[in-house]
Amino acid sequence: MNSFPWLTTIGVVPLLGSIIVMLLPSTRTTLAKQVALLVSLVTLGLTIAMALQFNANSTEPFQFVESTPWIPALGISYSVGVDGIGLVLVALATTLVPVVILAGWNDVETSAGNGSVKGYFALLLVLETLMVGVFAATDLFLFYVFFEAMLVPIYFLIGRYGGAQRSYAAVKFLIYSLVGGLFMLASLIGVYVVSARLLGEGTFDFLSLVGLEMDSTTQRMLFLGFFFAFAIKAPLWPFHTWLPDAAKESTPATAVLLIGVLDKVGTFGMIRYLLPIFPEASQFYAPVVIGMAVIGILYGALVALGQNDMKRLFAYSSMSHFGFIALGIFVFTTQGGSGSVFYMLAHGLSTAALFLTGGFLMMRRGGSSLISDYGGVAKVAPVLGGFLLFAAMSSLALPGLASFVGEFLVLLGVFSQYIWIGVIATLGIVFTAAYVLRFYQRTATGPAPAAMVDMPDARGREITALAPIVLLTLVLGIVPGPALEVINPAVERTLEIVGVSDPPPAIDMGEGRQP
Amino acid sequence: MIGNGAVIAADVAPVLEPLTAATGIFAWIWLLIALPLVGAIVLLTTGRWTNRFGHFIGVATVVIAAILAIAMLIEMMGRPADARAFEQTLYSWVFAGQFQVDVAFQLDQLSMVFVLLITIVGSLIHIYSIGYMAHDPDRRRFFGFLNLFVAAMLLLVLADNYLLLYVGWEGVGLASFLLIGFWQYKPSASAAAKKAFVINRVGDVGLSLAIMLMFVTFGSVTFESVFSSAGEASDSTLTWIGLLLLLAAAGKSAQFPLQAWLLDAMEGPTPVSALIHAATMVTAGVYLIVRSNAIYDRTVFAATAVVVIGVITMIIGAIIGSAKDDIKKALAGSTMSQIGYMVLAAGLGPVGYVFAIFHLLTHGVFKANLFLSAGSVMHGMNNGVDMRRFGALRAVMMITFGAFMFGYLAIIGIPPFSGFYSKDKIILAAFEVNLIAGIAAVIAAGITGFYMTRMFTMTFLGKARWDDDAHPHESPAVMTIPLIVLAIGSLGLGASLYYWGDIVEWLAPVTGYESRPIAISTTLLELITLATVLIGVAIAVLMYGRSVPIQPPQKVSVLTTAARNNLYDDATNDIVAVRPTWYAARFLVWFDNRIVDGAVNASAAFVGGASGRLRRLQNGFTRSYALVMVIGVIVVFGVLALVGLS
Repeated sequence: MNSFPWLTTIGVVPLLGSIIVMLLPSTRTTLAKQVALLVSLVTLGLTIAMALQFNANSTEPFQFVESTPWIPALGISYSVGVDGIGLVLVALATTLVPVVILAGWNDVETSAGNGSVKGYFALLLVLETLMVGVFAATDLFLFYVFFEAMLVPIYFLIGRYGGAQRSYAAVKFLIYSLVGGLFMLASLIGVYVVSARLLGEGTFDFLSLVGLEMDSTTQRMLFLGFFFAFAIKAPLWPFHTWLPDAAKESTPATAVLLIGVLDKVGTFGMIRYLLPIFPEASQFYAPVVIGMAVIGILYGALVALGQNDMKRLFAYSSMSHFGFIALGIFVFTTQGGSGSVFYMLAHGLSTAALFLTGGFLMMRRGGSSLISDYGGVAKVAPVLGGFLLFAAMSSLALPGLASFVGEFLVLLGVFSQYIWIGVIATLGIVFTAAYVLRFYQRTATGPAPAAMVDMPDARGREITALAPIVLLTLVLGIVPGPALEVINPAVERTLEIVGVSDPPPAIDMGEGRQP
Repeated sequence: MIGNGAVIAADVAPVLEPLTAATGIFAWIWLLIALPLVGAIVLLTTGRWTNRFGHFIGVATVVIAAILAIAMLIEMMGRPADARAFEQTLYSWVFAGQFQVDVAFQLDQLSMVFVLLITIVGSLIHIYSIGYMAHDPDRRRFFGFLNLFVAAMLLLVLADNYLLLYVGWEGVGLASFLLIGFWQYKPSASAAAKKAFVINRVGDVGLSLAIMLMFVTFGSVTFESVFSSAGEASDSTLTWIGLLLLLAAAGKSAQFPLQAWLLDAMEGPTPVSALIHAATMVTAGVYLIVRSNAIYDRTVFAATAVVVIGVITMIIGAIIGSAKDDIKKALAGSTMSQIGYMVLAAGLGPVGYVFAIFHLLTHGVFKANLFLSAGSVMHGMNNGVDMRRFGALRAVMMITFGAFMFGYLAIIGIPPFSGFYSKDKIILAAFEVNLIAGIAAVIAAGITGFYMTRMFTMTFLGKARWDDDAHPHESPAVMTIPLIVLAIGSLGLGASLYYWGDIVEWLAPVTGYESRPIAISTTLLELITLATVLIGVAIAVLMYGRSVPIQPPQKVSVLTTAARNNLYDDATNDIVAVRPTWYAARFLVWFDNRIVDGAVNASAAFVGGASGRLRRLQNGFTRSYALVMVIGVIVVFGVLALVGLS
């Protein structure tokens, strides 16, 4: 038992930071930014310290466990803990927050909205608290609370600090998410009722719910409520249309946290909650989810190809990538599951690279996200052009970069279970190359429009914000081992609960080979 | 005539003995890749202050790698034939469940010759580029990309498993993208770069799927495991793996039907073309097929497909090369055709593998020679590429002329130039297996004689048809010295590899080797081939020897028109792939905005009781929130009722 409350500390620090930021006088904007950055760096430091103590070989399902009764009458407790999956996602969140704070240093001053500077950074910190909470919760009700609470800061981040159509996008996002959340609430209550009937006492404790011998009709019904919420959050086809609007109207910093981290709650929920709590229903609905995922991969890529707006293009590209992630989860193979979790991590990084580089460009071009307003960046601003190229390569999962490890493992996991689905999904890599390179061609190459000729190249702050993303993308692509070592056991445990094992190779060359 | 079995070894089956752990000098295998990689990183990240000397870093890393490679070769030659394969495992790379892949290298006789080709020819191209790119403001970046190219290609040939090979494979794709589009401010260059990458990605689908199929079949993707168990896999599995690898090879090696990127790739600076066409990139597909010989030996169907693709490309490349007035594009057509020879040979099985590699090596040298000579011509002709504007350059650039002539004689296969040995062996091998393939190879040799003579005559002989402002001059020594070295190679490499290098015996332990009797005397066959080549030469001399009109003739045959248009490959791709994709994208954009999102907004509007679209809800937020809550409560109670009562 670990005595230091790591997860609570990591969650509370940004919350305290946001209060401090709000208490500062409105005129001290630079100080507010500096405090926010400092707080997020401390949080990152704490996360690293925690991660270093994580035991990849532990047989315990969760580590850094804390548990205190919250509403005992309903079996609700404040319980947190992480397995390998939760750990990498908490790390992703706490890594990206300082990056976006640095990258979004002047977001408020340049935004069309009317919010205050300190409010923006305080909201980012609140969001960080909730993101840590949602990945760390081991009580289903606590998870739900974080899941819904996250909507509030995002709603204000889009609605106050976004672009011209920010209110529309924010409301659409909110309502869409609320509808999903309500279905989840319904299922949540259902789970409680079932647990009360089967265990004698109702509970929301994840580990107690895992072993629940639910009959298949109940499973299938309750599954849908959760799935609906997760499919909207992820988002899966056809529940994705809030995403392009939200991405278009968000500041780049908000978009990175929204798509890079928040949306992962959807796919995280699938592998953490759907598979273990509803193993039979997960298998029953797998063909449907796989269908949605494969459509999403190709559909997202093709629609991205037809976009004229770079933020919408990034959003559709993410939708395509979320297809890969969901696909990997629902084929029930170790490679698929581990690949999905790894891809969540890698996609967070490549989303950050795309949106932040795109944001730096847009800031220099009066905020326009229209692709046709750009050209020749590689010539006029070679460093920014270089980052743009890197982001593009990271999106198309170039071997050697982190996203390749995730994407290839997913495809491999799919292929080993359903050959033809694997083949179709693999075709996605051609369309991905097409839209990514078309975007790069239109923005970075060719003659620069007159308005861009004197465009300044990347500044020190911008390089500092992007450098860790580039570095992590490379390191995770070249040495993914440490991350896979913590992810694999968690995925294997999950699949064990579902009761599936990887299909053996046609020719078994293992030690136990029979003559 | 030359060499009738005098040094041809007895039939050899490929040996699959456990690899020796790399010790001594072979412990430095990783350094071969690391050197140019570090060079690339330094050149691409340090910024302007390395501008002045950056190119020396670029050259030095590759030259040191070449020296290291030569030292390894000497060491390897001193060992018995069955102890020349080494492996070096660095660390565990990607793993999940049974899928375990290491970052590990394999250096054997096959990868050794590739490493030598890449580093030595790569070094010469690097040195040449110092002069060629001297006035380019982005020379440092250029050398960074060249280094990246070499590093990726070395990774490709040194990987001990298919997944790591894939990293080099796409790394080569990235480097070619960057170099083809080096002058990215030119829209044509940037479009050509994109085209190369996307077409290559189609091939990569093949490689990805082949790797997956290997994993589900063998549970591993290392060469060692796959090859040692290949015999136990089902025929259909092996055929599929073979066909998928062929698709991959077609993309990278510009083989039919994925050849369309190669001619556009001439948008890059000329040294890039030399690198792509000689030492790296297009040779990767041949490597992949020959490396996977354990697969192709067991699947007649896939091997035959390889032959067919090789034959088709060999012919269409030669036809396209015959119609181009752009010297670089004519050479590009020639590359397609020559790689077609290699692919054809690789499809013949143990009869052809060694000769595919033999031709790859000689071609690597003489094609680098030809491209760099062409670059030297362009250097002296204000970057002109139109051969109708050349002529009579022999007198003003003697060294370039001499070098080009050696390359010319080598590629058309005049003894004792190096192409004679290697191409002749492929033609012989083709006859041993398949009469049609053999005849096609002879015909292609004749066409080669034609287009190369055309190129040679139009450029160096005849009357001067220069532009008014052209002042042709010989290139500086930094460019001509590499040319001289390559010219010597074009002359001597074939015979040396064949007689003194024992290329057949050298490669046989990896690829296997067998010879089959053929009905026709080999000497007669050599004479027929030579005669066909000379007929091609004669036709070209007759057509272009006396006068060349400055404007390309318009009244030409259908075939010429087709060849000038690259046999309509772009038009075909457009109809088959580009336009359908584009229509699908446009339709889906519409579908997504109107139908999917329309349904969402309509239902929101319906639920909210508002008549308009969701936009109007900006002010009615509270009302709709309340409504959502109400619906939610109903849903909740509904579920409770169902679950609780059932």
